[in-house]
Amino acid sequence: MTIQTSDLLGHFGQYGGRFVPEALIGALNELEAAHIAAQSDPVFQAELAELHRTYSGRPSIITEAKRFSEYAGGARIILKREDLNHTGSHKINNVLGQALLTKKMGKKRIIAETGAGQHGVASATAAALMGLECVVYMGEEDTRRQALNVARMKLLGAEVVPVTSGSRTLKDAINEAMRDWVTNVATTHYLLGTVAGPHPFPTMVRDFHKIIGQEARAQVLELTGKLPDAVLACVGGGSNAIGIFHEFIPDANVRLIGLEAGGDGVETGRHAATITGGSPGVLHGTRSYVLQDENGQTVESHSISAGLDYPGVGPEHAYLHDIGRAEYRAINDDAAMAAFALLCKTEGIIPAIETAHALAGALVVGNELGPDATLLINLSGRGDKDVQTAADYFGIPL
Amino acid sequence: MSTALDKVFERTRAENRAALIAYIPAGFPSQSGCAKAIQALAAAGVDAIEIGFPYSDPVMDGPTIQEAAEISLKGGTNAADVFAALKTASATGVAAVVMTYWNPIERYGVDAFAQAIADNGGSGVITPDLTIEESGRWLAATTKNEINPIYVVAPSTADARLVEVTSKTGGFVYAASVMGVTGARSNISVDASQLVARVRKGTKLPIAVGLGVSTRTQAKEVAAYADGVIVGSAFIKLLLNAKSEQEGLDAISQLAQELALGVREGR
Repeated sequence: MTIQTSDLLGHFGQYGGRFVPEALIGALNELEAAHIAAQSDPVFQAELAELHRTYSGRPSIITEAKRFSEYAGGARIILKREDLNHTGSHKINNVLGQALLTKKMGKKRIIAETGAGQHGVASATAAALMGLECVVYMGEEDTRRQALNVARMKLLGAEVVPVTSGSRTLKDAINEAMRDWVTNVATTHYLLGTVAGPHPFPTMVRDFHKIIGQEARAQVLELTGKLPDAVLACVGGGSNAIGIFHEFIPDANVRLIGLEAGGDGVETGRHAATITGGSPGVLHGTRSYVLQDENGQTVESHSISAGLDYPGVGPEHAYLHDIGRAEYRAINDDAAMAAFALLCKTEGIIPAIETAHALAGALVVGNELGPDATLLINLSGRGDKDVQTAADYFGIPL
Repeated sequence: MSTALDKVFERTRAENRAALIAYIPAGFPSQSGCAKAIQALAAAGVDAIEIGFPYSDPVMDGPTIQEAAEISLKGGTNAADVFAALKTASATGVAAVVMTYWNPIERYGVDAFAQAIADNGGSGVITPDLTIEESGRWLAATTKNEINPIYVVAPSTADARLVEVTSKTGGFVYAASVMGVTGARSNISVDASQLVARVRKGTKLPIAVGLGVSTRTQAKEVAAYADGVIVGSAFIKLLLNAKSEQEGLDAISQLAQELALGVREGR
């Protein structure tokens, strides 16, 4: 099965494209050209590969979770350890690629949005490494939830701007970053952290993350001698999920399962499950599924995980959903936290709360498929940043 | 086809002056306050009014219009209120258009939205985040309903693209004076006059300059080279800072009168 996932204007079926002020068109064209050139530039690819090998620590390993599997219907559970990357998540893959492109384009300043702080920390890290000025926009609410990551970004030399407009979370941080970009586009690259936004971001960010699936597919084949029955990943904007899914898209027998943040439950309206509980619309420069009301106003999302707390999702996921190539399910806060605790105690790995949604999905799907099944899970991030939230949740006194 | 907006520019060109275009979000400062503000602006001599559709994620707007949009949305403003404000504006005799981000149009229904604009006396719609590449259905709807599709161009827009964008545009070309978001500025950059000159090379359409104009002097300056002067944040700021609704209405009325003089002094 081969799927043509993008045309020249960045469409995935009816999704994707560009819905942006005309002021940004020149910069988006420049970025698209730089990305296309870099894809076939052996020098760029060698530089990026060297950074992966000597800086972020690729290839990331896979770990078989044998004790965790007992709770997942006995299915074989294989974890792709993106949590072991430098800065603690998959985010570094995209950031290193875009920071290199920034230098190629001759720009000296990057701006980024962040929710949980993972992308902000990764951006600040790459900026420090490559000598770029870095400004990170973060919802004021999130700066409180993720104070530790704010300190990390400051230590790395970035300026962190708390965003006080709207719901004061990730969506508003993106609004503010876009306003900065419109104003400073001649000198500044917007280092967007997920597979959303106007073309070429969804395609480009995917291209920088698809190494996850390329490595994992070969690693699973080597370990088990066959392809996994299903690949699971959490989906907020959807970058880690696209990263691990993409290489498997032609493998029609491999199920691709995205786990969205169900918050208090999709039926309560307090959730961030955009595909499960949203509808097609336009947000932040792209057409995809959006949480919106009958007037097209964006509805605030809710999740215990700041990194999934976003009312949009990447357009390629919307497309994969509509054509039935990938399936999307919602995992509530409580189920995610139960899986979080379970991985800690059975495997000695503290996952990010975002990632815990994928682990909770593995418990469900493992029980559905039984002991003959092999599940590959993207362990997209580690949970150091979430210790405070988890301690509060489980009532551990600090 | 010729809309009320087209006729405004025919008239102002005949009078050898620029048109004054005012922006106000629907439902701001309240539903009834908005209607009064529209009437005050029309009485004070503006030639056209843009009714803003307040949106939850206004990435092209600075703090002033963001605040107004938030107030309006908290008051429950919806599409029906936008159309009602449009009707109020066109009933005063000025040309009336809607300015909106794209998603509310898509959600309402592309063709139905264009039809509602026409039904309520509107001349067109300004769509600041709709690129021409995504405009197929919209252009079909605006043509069918005989309203103007108004696009925004920026100082960073390349010459070839200016021609492409303006070839799809009706009514007037909205030239963003600076790279940046909406809001009053102390200086209108030289970028604006250069942009207008570049746009002129590729189109016969009237060109109106927006972003940053707030005083009679600035209006005069812009009127020297542009066919229209757009003022938004300056009116909104007066309404936000007023101690009472009446004080706000008096203040925007006075500013509109000054600006109306400004657009007549440019040439």
